[in-house]
Amino acid sequence: MHRFANPARFLRISAVILPWAVGLAALFIATGLYFALFASPPDYQQGESVRIMYVHVPSAWMASFVYGGLALTSAIALVWKHPLAHVAAKAMSPIGACFTFMALATGSLWGKPMWGTWWVWDARLTSVLILFFLYLGHMALLNAFEDSSRGERAAAVLALVGAINLPIIHWSVEWWNTLHQPASIFRMGGPTIDSAMLIPLFLMALGYTAYFVVVLILRMRGELLARKIRVIRMARVTGAEHLSASRATS
Amino acid sequence: METLTQFLAMGGYAAFVWPALAIAAGVMTGLLIQSLRFLRAREKELAKLGGDNDARRGSRS
Repeated sequence: MHRFANPARFLRISAVILPWAVGLAALFIATGLYFALFASPPDYQQGESVRIMYVHVPSAWMASFVYGGLALTSAIALVWKHPLAHVAAKAMSPIGACFTFMALATGSLWGKPMWGTWWVWDARLTSVLILFFLYLGHMALLNAFEDSSRGERAAAVLALVGAINLPIIHWSVEWWNTLHQPASIFRMGGPTIDSAMLIPLFLMALGYTAYFVVVLILRMRGELLARKIRVIRMARVTGAEHLSASRATS
Repeated sequence: METLTQFLAMGGYAAFVWPALAIAAGVMTGLLIQSLRFLRAREKELAKLGGDNDARRGSRS
């Protein structure tokens, strides 16, 4: 694990992965959209509004999946003090916040015609809204301290504590009486929906995952450079101080 | 032409289906552009400082 914490190694590996991830994201999202809009039937109850599901469900999966990644990298950062783990965690929370926002907004646009309301305070919707605030809180904490390493630690603790929300999101539709429907894919006994609808769902989910990898690499690279810039600036400032101090003594 | 209008009408759900797709596309494109801009800005900043070896390597791929 420590071997991957080396930024030079990360830059090398990510340079190989990036073009593939870009290609796969474009391919999967394009074919996924084709199936979602043209090559899949309308639902017998939801009609054409079911097509919202092909952007909504994968965003909701990604919202939780990215949080899992955030909690994991935060744990690694706290326990083993990996600098790269902090970089990864910092890169992940804006991506997760975007996916969560997409899940909430598209879900709302589906809820209005299907449930007759944009929003209800049921357990699933509320726990996903909390997920959104956890992401925002993580981003805010990172920038809340003068000393950025303190912010990193505080944000990592928040990310870990917030992980309790993940099982709550998943099982909320079983534990409570929710308006949101129960799981129809990741459930005991296999999926209950037809393959004509599973295909676009999985294609979009794969496309979103590849997109996540692309943006994660870009953000991590940007953050690594930002850190390098900080180190160089610090070195120049202390170097200049050192120089003027030695001049003063001679 | 008729099939196109029929497709765009989304069985009467056009006002919900298309905004949902537009929001998803907008958010994902926006995040991608913001991430790229952040990276490019840092590369430029580092190049100005003179320690730009990594920045060049990063932008070539």
